[in-house]
Amino acid sequence: MEPAAGDWQRRIETVYRQDRGRVLASLIRLLGGFELAEEALHEAFAAAVEQWPARGMPESPWRWLVSAGRFRTIDRLRRRARLDGVRDELLRWLESESAEAGMEQGELADDTLRLVFVCCHPALAPDAQVAMTLREVCGLTTEEIAVAFLTAAPTVAQRIVRAKTRIRDAGIAYEVPGREQLPDRLEAVLRVVYLVFNEGYAAHRGGSVLRPELSAEAIRLGRLLAELLPDPEVLGLLALMLFQDSRRATRLDANGDAVLLPEQDRSRWDRAQIAEAERLLRRVVEGREYGAYGIEAAIAAEHALPRIAAETNWPRIVSLYDLLLVADPSPVVELNRAAAIAMRDGPAKGLGLIDALIGDRLAGYAVAHEARAELLRRLGRFDEAAAGYRQALVLAPEAPVRRLLQRRLAQVTSAQGAASSAAMSSMSDS
Amino acid sequence: MKYACLVYAEESTFAAMSPEEGTRLTDSAIDYDAGLRARGQLIYAQALQATDTAVTVRVRGGKASITDGPFAETKEHLAGFMLIEARDMNEAIDIATRAPMAAVGSLEVRPFLDLSHS
Repeated sequence: MEPAAGDWQRRIETVYRQDRGRVLASLIRLLGGFELAEEALHEAFAAAVEQWPARGMPESPWRWLVSAGRFRTIDRLRRRARLDGVRDELLRWLESESAEAGMEQGELADDTLRLVFVCCHPALAPDAQVAMTLREVCGLTTEEIAVAFLTAAPTVAQRIVRAKTRIRDAGIAYEVPGREQLPDRLEAVLRVVYLVFNEGYAAHRGGSVLRPELSAEAIRLGRLLAELLPDPEVLGLLALMLFQDSRRATRLDANGDAVLLPEQDRSRWDRAQIAEAERLLRRVVEGREYGAYGIEAAIAAEHALPRIAAETNWPRIVSLYDLLLVADPSPVVELNRAAAIAMRDGPAKGLGLIDALIGDRLAGYAVAHEARAELLRRLGRFDEAAAGYRQALVLAPEAPVRRLLQRRLAQVTSAQGAASSAAMSSMSDS
Repeated sequence: MKYACLVYAEESTFAAMSPEEGTRLTDSAIDYDAGLRARGQLIYAQALQATDTAVTVRVRGGKASITDGPFAETKEHLAGFMLIEARDMNEAIDIATRAPMAAVGSLEVRPFLDLSHS
């Protein structure tokens, strides 16, 4: 039995959400720009609403839509040509066999990739890259992006309008970059994907229910890229995101407070996701071509695989951080390495390194003060630990992290009291 | 989502147009509306008569005051509006940008606010 009208509307909406990105991507290639392509996209979906309920869903809806968008544009340009008496280049190209050939060959699959590279083009500001990618590739609405990034919708809307104007005026080519440019351009794409992921992963910033969806979108984008362009760094980033996301359910406790890695309930980590990440990481390792994301994924694997925290292989993590410092040096990587050294060689060793970092480049970084306070606590230097937690509290904005820090502060303060009263009583004993 | 596109223009602009220019603008606006309607993106579109036909009403403390003319004495007045259905604000902006009236006046794009009994 044919579905009722309401069912058709729902089915077409589902197709819209799933396929809008790649239909638009193909139309942009065929029509040479966002504006005509977006109009064609509308007309294609309007045609679907007219025709699918009577004729049934086509075998490949998105191919049908691309083709409908193309023909409707040809009609529109022909009408205009009759009015103006001018047949433009675009109309000639659309009617030509090469446009038809592009529909048949593998070009269609590459269109999404082209769209990703245009949205993440270095000529666009980072904010604009993120907004363009989420809207044009992932199909989020302007309003959804605004909510997810705690921004006003008109601000996001203007970012998108300006980015499109820039793409048009700067004549940014709609293509996958050639071999020479690929590493740089791909790095920009991966940075956008990872930024979207982290925006969702930092769920403890609170304020929006949409945030976990951002991580899911980033993973979806990562999977898409891994399928279209299985570069080691693409696989590495996808593995990294999957490893991190596998812990999502355990990163906050029942009160919504942050839970640190050693205290998380490992039985609730997503094992299927960890297994998928492991398979990806194996492909990276076998390729023998490591980049920063591959190394970070290898580190994430060292945390994700042991069944208990005590089995973590800290010497190996330290050597992976040594590698990462070469591939992608930054003070935050140095901080993580120092924390790993503290686990391998004892808190005193790590403390010296972290002190140096705080004295130098990480004075305003809450996580550095928190890490320092943790080491001081483990060394039994409760006074200084309390000062460290207080400093971290001054700098940390996120409520769930602040609650964790306050709990720790209370612990070291009472431990400090207990230690001094123990010292007092031992003095009175003697 | 639903949006209102409020068209603001100087009334002198219309007065200064030649009859041919006026006809061309009207025709293209009607064609544009028809195109939007065919794609299911137009809820309603309406041009308005000039502000010298307007009356402004307000009730304060149970007393109605009725004044001649538009609500605000400004250079640009509300000349018409389109109520549209768009996927998001950027799509609404695209629709407003392509509207023939955008080349004559300004279009203010405003998302609908859905009110309901609590």
